Amino acid sequence: MSGQPVRFFQVGSFAAGNRLLPPELRSVQSDATRANALTSGHRACQGCGEALGARYVLDTAMRATQGRLIAVNATGCLEVFTTPYPQTSWRVPWLHSLFANAASVATGVASALEAQGRSDVRVLAQAGDGGTVDIGFAALSGLFERNDDVLYVCYDNQAYMNTGVQRSGATPPAARTATTEAVGPEPGNPFGQGKNLPLIAMAHGIPYVATATVADLHDLEAKVFKAMSIHGARYLHVLVPCPLGWGSAPAATIELARLAKETGLFAVFESEHGELTASSPIRRPVPVEAYLRPQTRYRHLFDDAGEVGRPDVVARLQAMADANIARFDLLGGER
Amino acid sequence: MLRQIEGSQAVARVVAACRPEVVCAYPITPQTHIVEAIGAMVKSGELPGCRFINVESEFSALSVAIGASATGARAYTATASQGLLFMMEALYNAAGLGLPIVMTLANRAVGAPINIWNDHSDAMAARDAGWIQLFARSNQEAADLHAQAFRLAEEVSLPVMVCMDGFILTHAFERVDVATREQIEAFLPPFEPRQVLDPAAPVSIGAMVGPEAFEEVRYLAHARHLDALGVIESVAEEFAEVVGRKSGGLVAPYRTQDAELVVIALGSVLGTIHEVVDEARDRGLRVGALGVTTFRPFPLEAVRDALAGDARLVVLEKAFSSGFGGVLSTDIAMALGGATARLSTVVGGLGGRAITETSLRRVVDDALEGRLGRLEFLDLDRAAVERELAHMAGDRRSGPIAENVLRAIGAGTAGIAGRRA
Repeated sequence: MSGQPVRFFQVGSFAAGNRLLPPELRSVQSDATRANALTSGHRACQGCGEALGARYVLDTAMRATQGRLIAVNATGCLEVFTTPYPQTSWRVPWLHSLFANAASVATGVASALEAQGRSDVRVLAQAGDGGTVDIGFAALSGLFERNDDVLYVCYDNQAYMNTGVQRSGATPPAARTATTEAVGPEPGNPFGQGKNLPLIAMAHGIPYVATATVADLHDLEAKVFKAMSIHGARYLHVLVPCPLGWGSAPAATIELARLAKETGLFAVFESEHGELTASSPIRRPVPVEAYLRPQTRYRHLFDDAGEVGRPDVVARLQAMADANIARFDLLGGER
Repeated sequence: MLRQIEGSQAVARVVAACRPEVVCAYPITPQTHIVEAIGAMVKSGELPGCRFINVESEFSALSVAIGASATGARAYTATASQGLLFMMEALYNAAGLGLPIVMTLANRAVGAPINIWNDHSDAMAARDAGWIQLFARSNQEAADLHAQAFRLAEEVSLPVMVCMDGFILTHAFERVDVATREQIEAFLPPFEPRQVLDPAAPVSIGAMVGPEAFEEVRYLAHARHLDALGVIESVAEEFAEVVGRKSGGLVAPYRTQDAELVVIALGSVLGTIHEVVDEARDRGLRVGALGVTTFRPFPLEAVRDALAGDARLVVLEKAFSSGFGGVLSTDIAMALGGATARLSTVVGGLGGRAITETSLRRVVDDALEGRLGRLEFLDLDRAAVERELAHMAGDRRSGPIAENVLRAIGAGTAGIAGRRA
């Protein structure tokens, strides 16, 4: 018998477990009749945040549409680890075309459905951060600007993990990638303005923009339900830790996603028609250091004893988190 | 219905009569008039049941068509030149997925130097993308080929590109008998996709295929192209039965019987070539012409049959492969069993330079008298070329070649009219 203690709350987040909730509040994922749109047996790495996020997103979207859903996928980890023929993990109609065109292909699917009078069938496009903020950016902006009836989901693991951890426009400053090595006087990714796709999506004034992490899967499901209750262009940006690219333990995926939110480095919020409507408050504020330390992509910021070796860089990252906290009111005015 | 109409408008009307369900548009000269006209028909209600999507790039135009086609909708778009190259990745993808999209290519030169006028370098760049490529000789044929293209694409599950010369056809007003909705209905059955995104029967489309089956999948695309050769002919015949007019098919021989010289070409220049053939025949010269209507799949057998005998051959091409020579010429030689001394390539009409009867007449005379080399450039200004070569040899930072050439020939107002050496 296992010696694991039984807890009735989610460790660290204090979120109550499903079994304590009334059935109507329980997660889709805990329901035995869920679609299982992304089945087990795929080739994702241990602790893959993207596999977890996609499973929750797809099953929720399937529940919201009573199974009338078509998924479009950009090239990337999610496409590769789920599909090599003939072993597809998808139990939804699923189309992969190219790296840069998921948004446009999804527009095509939605347009076809509309032309055929099948508007009960809904469309979900999904891509990683590279396929979203970099190579697929123009197509995505076009989808937003036309307000096409598509939910576009970005699973953001902050670099090109599928090709071996190269920098993307979503890679945070100081992070080591294969193309921003931890060498020289300014190791890791340079500091810059970054490319905050959720804010760019909001600037398009689309009906719904939300961010989420795989640390709060109930929140993720709620946002998918909300998105599917709306027509027009919707954007969901999900932070999905990547043990391979972040250099973190597979078991730390949820914890790191939670720390990204609790440090303020990743703001969890919702927006409608360009206006911020809600943000998820930080429950227990933590310094960014706690988030950086478990990830080898930031190892160059610490010395061999585990002490902060580059306080200047850590301070700049803390300043970014503080700016997010102020901008999105993440401490809920408790300060 | 017979009417005096711009080529683009005629194509737009036939496309509309084929009842596409998704049409995507991104502006690039000289295809704009086609999608503009379709857009107006969708907006006015003249083309019901169609979604017209203005996208942000050609890459997205074809990507929208890919999504629509995979969802079982009849999808259409149009492009030219740089636009075709910008969608190149999607071009291969649509063919690889076997999606029966129909696209007009209003043939235009590919830069640099940037040039909006007609030649075939865009179509040649897409030669190996896996699309069926049909070339229209006239606006009548361009209009008819679009109806045939939908039928053909859907029958063999491959995308079809209808190539029509930019400006020369797209912007020319002439008499065109535009197939009516009733004729199209009798000719074009509803689209029955081989694969479709359907929640009732989920499939994964476009997943990864490794070395264990990639060659077989690619071979099957080749096999479908070979099948298409037969389908193209039967579709053209059925079209003729319904509308009472022959267009399309694999090749179009003209007065080739007993010919001692055959001029071979793609597209609208065949009109001029026919004039020159007629005039040569009047002079007692045994000259004929061969139009290649279907460029991909390449009709090796039909070309071989049409060129049986030992006539000299001139392949007139509006594109070439730098550092090599003719593109169509290579295919013609292949049809004849390999390189042959009786074949000459004449490259002309680049970037919209007019191919005149006078120049063609000289080509015919030179060919008949054995004065034509293996590779010639029609009306090439040798002096201008030599001047720039000397300039480049004498000055390391010789500057932009294109500007130097134009300055040297004293251009600025020269326009696109044919200049004879």
